[in-house]
Amino acid sequence: METVSRRDFLIAGSAAGGGLLLACLVGERPRPAATGAAAASDFAPNAFVRIGTDGGVTLVMPQVEMGQGMYTSMPMLLAEELEVKLDEVKLEHAPPSDKLYANPFLGFQATGGSTSVRAFYEPLRQAGAAARTMLVAAAAQTWNVDPSSCRAQRGVVTHAPTGRTLTYGALADKAAKLPVPAQITLKAPKDFTLIGTPARRLDTPEKVNGTAMFGIDVRLPGMKIATVAASPVLGGKVAGLDESKAKAIKGVRQVVRLDDAVAVVADHMWAAKQGLAALAVTWDDGPNANISTADIVQGLAAASERPGVVAKKEGDAPAAIARSKKKVEAVYEVPFLAHATMEPMNCTVHVRKDGCEVWTGSQVLTRAQAVAAEASGFPPEKVVVHNHLLGGGFGRRLEVDYVAQAVRIAKKVDGPVKVVWTREEDIQHDVYRPYYYDRIAAALSPAGKPVAWRHKIVGPSIIARWAPPAFKDGLDEDAVDAAVHVLYDIPAVQIEYVRHEEPGLNTGWWRGVGPTHNVFVIESFVDELAHATKQDPVAFRRALLAKAPRARGVLELAAKQAGWGTPLPAGRGRGVSLLYSGWNTYMVQIAEVEVSKAGEIGVRRVVCAADCGVVVNPDIVKAQIEGGIVFGASSTLWGQVTLKNGRVEQSNFSDYRVMRLNETPAIDVHLVQSGEAPGGMGEPGTACVSAAIANAVFAATGKRIRKLPLQPALAGSA
Amino acid sequence: MTQLKINGRTHDVDVRPDMPVLWVLRDVVGLTGTKFGCGIAACGACTVHLDGQPIRSCVTPVSVAAGKSITTIEAIGETPAGKKIQDAWIALEVPQCGYCQSGQIMSASALLAGTPNPTDAQIDTAMSGNICRCGTYVRVRAAIKQAALGPAVAGKEA
Repeated sequence: METVSRRDFLIAGSAAGGGLLLACLVGERPRPAATGAAAASDFAPNAFVRIGTDGGVTLVMPQVEMGQGMYTSMPMLLAEELEVKLDEVKLEHAPPSDKLYANPFLGFQATGGSTSVRAFYEPLRQAGAAARTMLVAAAAQTWNVDPSSCRAQRGVVTHAPTGRTLTYGALADKAAKLPVPAQITLKAPKDFTLIGTPARRLDTPEKVNGTAMFGIDVRLPGMKIATVAASPVLGGKVAGLDESKAKAIKGVRQVVRLDDAVAVVADHMWAAKQGLAALAVTWDDGPNANISTADIVQGLAAASERPGVVAKKEGDAPAAIARSKKKVEAVYEVPFLAHATMEPMNCTVHVRKDGCEVWTGSQVLTRAQAVAAEASGFPPEKVVVHNHLLGGGFGRRLEVDYVAQAVRIAKKVDGPVKVVWTREEDIQHDVYRPYYYDRIAAALSPAGKPVAWRHKIVGPSIIARWAPPAFKDGLDEDAVDAAVHVLYDIPAVQIEYVRHEEPGLNTGWWRGVGPTHNVFVIESFVDELAHATKQDPVAFRRALLAKAPRARGVLELAAKQAGWGTPLPAGRGRGVSLLYSGWNTYMVQIAEVEVSKAGEIGVRRVVCAADCGVVVNPDIVKAQIEGGIVFGASSTLWGQVTLKNGRVEQSNFSDYRVMRLNETPAIDVHLVQSGEAPGGMGEPGTACVSAAIANAVFAATGKRIRKLPLQPALAGSA
Repeated sequence: MTQLKINGRTHDVDVRPDMPVLWVLRDVVGLTGTKFGCGIAACGACTVHLDGQPIRSCVTPVSVAAGKSITTIEAIGETPAGKKIQDAWIALEVPQCGYCQSGQIMSASALLAGTPNPTDAQIDTAMSGNICRCGTYVRVRAAIKQAALGPAVAGKEA
C-alpha cells in the first residue's frame, strides 16, 4: 500500500442537488481553505467524481476519447480505488477548465503526446481513494464505529462485525460534509481487481449501433449546415465572389464571405456542397503562390549545412567521425503528412447576443473556448463548449483553426450553424506533420562497433508555435525526442537541431510526434551500420544494449516470436526497429515484407514486443499497438502531401492513399509484465514501424530507402 | 416528394432526386449513425443496405432508393447477420474512435448475410472499401470470422 498526503490538491463538497463531489486539482494548487464543506460554494458544477444520493456514480473525463480507450482506462483508475463496478459508472465529457482538468504533464487541459495514463495514473487513483475514504468515514460516523472496521466494495460500505451496510448513495450527502482526508491510502498493485485486466471498453456498445455522438452528429433546432472553402494557397485572400449561381440552388440560404474563405450555408450538406461548387471565387493567392515542395526541401537542405543547437553531447563525436577510417554518412528525409481523421473537421456554433455556444470534438477544450471567445468577441466565460467523441484525433484536433473559422462564419448567420469540411478541404487545409531533413553519421571501430554518432535534425519547431514557453534556447525537445534517447552504448554522441520554418503550409502534431520521424532515421541508420560491418541487425543491436536491459528484453522477445534468422522465400525480408523515447516505453517491431517482381511492397506480418511498465488495460494497449502499426505503415508506404504552386496536390482517399484491410499485415503483440511506472502507449506503435518496414525492404531487395514514403521511392530507385 | 422506406418506416422527403441518400439520412431524416467520410465512395463510412445490398450512400441518389428498402446501422441489429456482427464486434472490442464502424458493420453484415462462412479472400473483397484510420482491421477480420462461427462468446483472452 502507498500512503500519500494529497490534501493540498483534492477538494470535496456537496453536489448541486445533493451528493458528493470530488475534484482533483492537478493543474493548479487551490487556496488552502478550499477543503471540506466550507468550500462547497467554490465548486464548479463538474469535478472528477460525482456521487448522487441515488448512488449513481458519474466520472467526468478530463481526457478525451478519440479511440485510444481513455473512456475506459481513466475510469478504471478511479473505479479501482473508489470500489465501484466499472460498467455501472456514467461518463461525462469534461467542460473546459484548466483549473479542474489540466493534464499534469502538459499543464493545461489537453489529450495528446501519449500522456494520459502517465499523467493521471496517480491523481485519478488518489481521487477515487479519497472519495472511498470519505464514504467509509461517513458510514463509520453513522454507526459510531471505527472506520477501520468498515470496508467498501461495489458501491456499498459494510461494517464487518455487524454486517450492517449503507450504499454510497445513502452516504453521499454526509460524506460531502467531511474534510478531505489528510492521508490517502492507495491499494497495493497485488490487490488490484481492475487495473491490469482486459476490462470491457465502456464506449463499445454505442459504437456498434450508431448511437455514439461525434461532433459532426450534433443536431439543433433551426440549425443550418455550412461547408467551406478556404484559400487554396495559405495566406491567400478572397478577391472576388459571384454568388448568384450558388444562391439559385434549392436549399442554399446564405453565402458567407470571410477574408480568407467562403462558406455556403444551407438546409443540408448536399445543398451546401452544390452551392460551394457553384460559387465563382477569385483568389488573391498572396506570397505563397509559387511555392512547391522542392523549394521547401531546398531550404531544408541549405539549413542542414548550418551548425545546430546542441541537444546532447557526450565526447567529441564530430572529431571522432572526422578522423575515423570507417565512417558512414547519410541524409534522410520524411514528407509532409495529413492526418485524414475519418471524421472530417467540423464545428457547430450558435452566436447569440449575449454569448456563444460551441459543439465540437477537441483534444484541447480550453483552447477551443479561448479561440471561440477571441473570434466571437465574448469573454471566455460567455463561451460554452460541449465536447464530443472524436472521430479520430492523431494530433489534428490539438489545433483549433476549425473552431475559430466556424465561429467567424457563425457570427454572420442567424441561429446555429454546423460547419462541416469536405474531405478535400480536410486534406488540403490540414496542419501537416512537418517535412524533416536529417544528416546522420557514425564512425565504426575496426571491430565493427560504432564509436561516434552524430545526428542533426532539421525542421520547423511545432513547440515554438504551440507551446512557446517550452521552446528554450533554440531547442525544440519534441523535434529531437528519441534522438537524444538512443540507448546504444556509443562513447561519443552529438545530437543537433536546426530550426527551419517551412513556408506554404501549417505544420503541427501528428501521431507519434518527434519519435515518428527520428526512429525511422535512427533505426534505418543502425541497420546501415550493421550492414556496413556485415553483422546481423538484431545481433548488432543486442551487443550495444548491455546497459539497457529493458530494451534488450523486448529485442530478444520480438526476435524469438518473429522467428528472426529463419529462412524466408525469395522476395521476402525481415526488418527490425527499436524505439525508446520520452514516452518511457520500450518497443521492438520486426516487420516481414514481400516485394513483388513489379516492385510492389506488401507488409505481411509485424511482431511487436513492448515494455510499457504497468499496464492498465492490456487489451486496449494491444489495440493501440495494432492500430498504431497500421497508421504508421500507411504513411511509411504511401503517405505524402506535396505542394505545387502553393496548392496541396492531394485531395481525398483516392490520392492520399491509406492502408486498407486487404493490405493489413498479421500483427502479433507481446507485452512484458512489469511493475515500472507506466509509459506512453498511444503512439509508439506508429513511431516504431517505419524503420522496421524500410529495413525489411532492404533485406528483401538490397535497396536502402532513405526517403519516405517507401513505395514511390523504391519505384524511383529501379 | 420522394417516399423512402428506412428501417421499416416510411418517410416522405422533399428533396431533389439527385441528392445522395447519405445527406437525406443525416440532415433530413436525422439518422446520424451513417457517417460522412469522403463523398466519393472511397472510404465506406456511409455504407447502408439497399434491399440488403451494401451501397455507398454518399454517391447513391435518393431516386435510386425510392421504392426500395433502406437499412442503416440503427436497425442492422434486427437482422440475424447484423446481430451476430454487432455481438462479435463487442466481444472482440473492434472499435477505437468508432467513426468508421457503422460502415464497417454494414459491409460485414451484408457479407455474412450472403456468405455465412467467408474465406479470407471474400473478407478482403467485401471489406477493402471500408477505411479505418485507427487501424482496427486485424480485429474486423477476426470478428467476422467469430460471427461466422456462431454466437459471440462473452469475454476473451487477455
